[in-house]
Amino acid sequence: MSTASVPLPNWITYGLMPFLNLVVAFLISGVVVWFIGESPLDAVTLLLQGALGNGEGIGFTLYYATNFIFTGLSVAVAYHAGLFNIGSEGQAYVGGLGAALASLALDHYVPWYVTMPFAVAGAAIFGAAWALIPAWLQAKRGSHIVITTIMFNFIGAAMMVYLLVHVLIVPGKMAPETRVFLEGGQLPKLDWLIAMFGGKLGPAPFNVSFLIALFMCVVVWVLIWRTKLGYEIRTLGASPTAAIYAGIPYVKTVIITMLISGGLAGMMALNPVLGASARLQVEFVGGAGFVGIAVSLMGRSHPLGIVLAAILFGVLYQGGDALSFDMPKITRDMIVVIQGLVILFAGALEYLFRPAIVRVWQRFGKA
Amino acid sequence: MSPTPTAAPAIELIGIDKKFGAVHANKNINLTVAKGSIHGIIGENGAGKSTLMSILYGFYHADAGSIRINGQATVIDDSQAAITAGIGMVHQHFMLVENFSVLENVILGVEGGALLGRGVSEARSALKRLETDYGLEVDPDAIIEELPVGLQQRVEILKALYRGAEILILDEPTGVLTPAEADHLFKILGVLRDQGKTIVLITHKLREIMAITDTVSVMRRGEMVATRRTTETTVEELAELMVGRRVLLRVEKGPAAPSDIVLSVRNLTVKDGRGVTMVDNVSFDVRAGEVVGIAGVAGNGQSELLEAITGIRKPASGEILIHGKPVTGFDSARLRALGLGHIPEDRHHMGLVLGFEESENSVLGYHRDSRYGRGPLLDLDACREDAKAKIEKYDIRPPNCRLKTANFSGGNQQKIVVAREIERDPALLVVGQPTRGVDIGAIEFIHRRLIAMRDAGKAVLLVSVELDEIRSLSDRILVMFAGRVVGEKTPDTGEQTLGLMMAGIAA
Repeated sequence: MSTASVPLPNWITYGLMPFLNLVVAFLISGVVVWFIGESPLDAVTLLLQGALGNGEGIGFTLYYATNFIFTGLSVAVAYHAGLFNIGSEGQAYVGGLGAALASLALDHYVPWYVTMPFAVAGAAIFGAAWALIPAWLQAKRGSHIVITTIMFNFIGAAMMVYLLVHVLIVPGKMAPETRVFLEGGQLPKLDWLIAMFGGKLGPAPFNVSFLIALFMCVVVWVLIWRTKLGYEIRTLGASPTAAIYAGIPYVKTVIITMLISGGLAGMMALNPVLGASARLQVEFVGGAGFVGIAVSLMGRSHPLGIVLAAILFGVLYQGGDALSFDMPKITRDMIVVIQGLVILFAGALEYLFRPAIVRVWQRFGKA
Repeated sequence: MSPTPTAAPAIELIGIDKKFGAVHANKNINLTVAKGSIHGIIGENGAGKSTLMSILYGFYHADAGSIRINGQATVIDDSQAAITAGIGMVHQHFMLVENFSVLENVILGVEGGALLGRGVSEARSALKRLETDYGLEVDPDAIIEELPVGLQQRVEILKALYRGAEILILDEPTGVLTPAEADHLFKILGVLRDQGKTIVLITHKLREIMAITDTVSVMRRGEMVATRRTTETTVEELAELMVGRRVLLRVEKGPAAPSDIVLSVRNLTVKDGRGVTMVDNVSFDVRAGEVVGIAGVAGNGQSELLEAITGIRKPASGEILIHGKPVTGFDSARLRALGLGHIPEDRHHMGLVLGFEESENSVLGYHRDSRYGRGPLLDLDACREDAKAKIEKYDIRPPNCRLKTANFSGGNQQKIVVAREIERDPALLVVGQPTRGVDIGAIEFIHRRLIAMRDAGKAVLLVSVELDEIRSLSDRILVMFAGRVVGEKTPDTGEQTLGLMMAGIAA
């Protein structure tokens, strides 16, 4: 019996189903924790306390979430056009170069709020540029965007290492990184925001990038649902044949969509590069581009869902760190397992419980 | 098969009831089909015919009611149980593996063991027997994709018989056939009946019902409204029963007043994605104030011709002119700006984005227009106001422009497309299969709209595989066969003549 086409109310599709998936992911994680001889209840308490228990924990959680919002938006915009951008990781990495160049050029002369627009533009332009060739290959030659963007992740990583080791490195230093930006090239922390809620940010790198990320959520929402371009992107994603019928230019739309997607991924670099470490380092993206895929899937490609999913993954990252610190048996790798389970249930198996819910809904929901 | 008392009916459905959410698809249906008869089930789209047959074939479970096969209560909870009970189904869209041979398709799922050898040789002799018994000749080693559709359908019937089917359900079997192929199918069905098989024929074509069935049941809005002996009813009565009111089967229209040439097609050749020539050196004109119909069996190049004219496919050579201006190779956005309206053959894949709200679809292709928002912004309120006006004017139901398009019935989906294209008042309207999968009430409405366009001095190019539709709407008929226009006829030309031309026999 087919239940795929039965319509369900939104609160079930967007509320209950993700929640159920999450609960199951955590239950199975609990079993794993129990197997290695720790108490699942203690583990979950430690995890939540580490992530949300104090101002510093919240600061770290939101810092990670900021990364995931940017990459999640990046994946989501491409996904609306039916394009699976696996290259957010590399686009963010190269975006870091754009942001860092802006800071290096301006930090001696101007305050941070003057540098910021240049850094945002630099990050976005470099990220977009890194998406351009895969986009062009997809649009013109039909080379699959999944393959090309994955390959560009490797090319980007190699290029960045080369630049940091040979070009951008501070002469006489061992570390492959740029010089530390002055205050005019940094994004200030949001300690006042945490203080408003009575917390203390401490050393957590929670910074202005978070507000930029929230602003970009609004921009993406307007783009997708309130502009003609967004309409064309959604048409292309939902039905390529209908897009041809409607006279929507395939090549142009694919390239523009990927430029926007790459630009959003590039902007992720603002957070670690200008906000946290105040310098460009190797490997600063640290997998946030790939987490963005899970965040976008779980958030159903909607900015609001992406914010919620990004915070959830922020909790897992920060809480996971705290957990592995307090429970040595639960290593960093165990945290990756738990994150993997969340991705599996929330992303890949998103419709696992749908048939059962449909049956329950048909029996009792109509009363 | 166990021997059965001849007196018991082959199928008895008793009090079948089925709901999908708020939709009551089958309301307390009772149906009896005598053994060795051909029973037709007609009804509009969404009347519940397919649901009922899906219950009989085990795709769905009825909420209430029971099924008796040959007088014995039978539980059919999946298609395997249906096959065991001797029920076979020939689907509208064939379920064949295209690059397998006939024989391989027939034994698919009943290969009989891990090694093929024995099963294949048994199947080969069984096929031979079926062939001689029922006149179902097909080369068992032919590859499916190389066979014409009529023969592919025969393979579907063979598959069912090979599995021991005593009851055959055919779902809209003639949709893809030429009139001659359809006649041949009816002959086969006649032979099967005479050999004691029971046949249930689902269709919306009244002509077929009259031609072949012994008894006919009419469904409307989930209810079984009448069952008649075919000899004791008329086409008019059945149509009225289906729709629930009197319908005009032929659209009334005055003589055409053709004037200036709007569309010119000159030596047009179009190739498909594999490089096969689908349209071969075709030339014709369409004038303002006339409907030109293109008749032909599906797959003879009409689709590619439409796609080339509407900017979806680039022609290989030749020229297309609108109002004397060359437009060859223009994309559909530019053609729309020049006054081309296009009701595409396949509304699900082209005319509509099914996941969109109705209001979003009512601007598809025209969304760049300034009336739907200034600059880069899309003004949803303007789209919705526009959609509401069209819903009102075209009686689209349910009248809710925020509803997802997939949740409208086929007829109403088509009305969304028709409303969008006609309301832009195009000088040239290109129409493909305007009433495919559309119920009779909506067919009448769409036909009247197309004639109104003609009478308003627009040029209309119509492609349809429904010969009745072509004959009743067109002022001139072009017949296409194997990519060429093989002749031009007037609409009063007999169906026989046109049918032969469509089969490429007489030009």
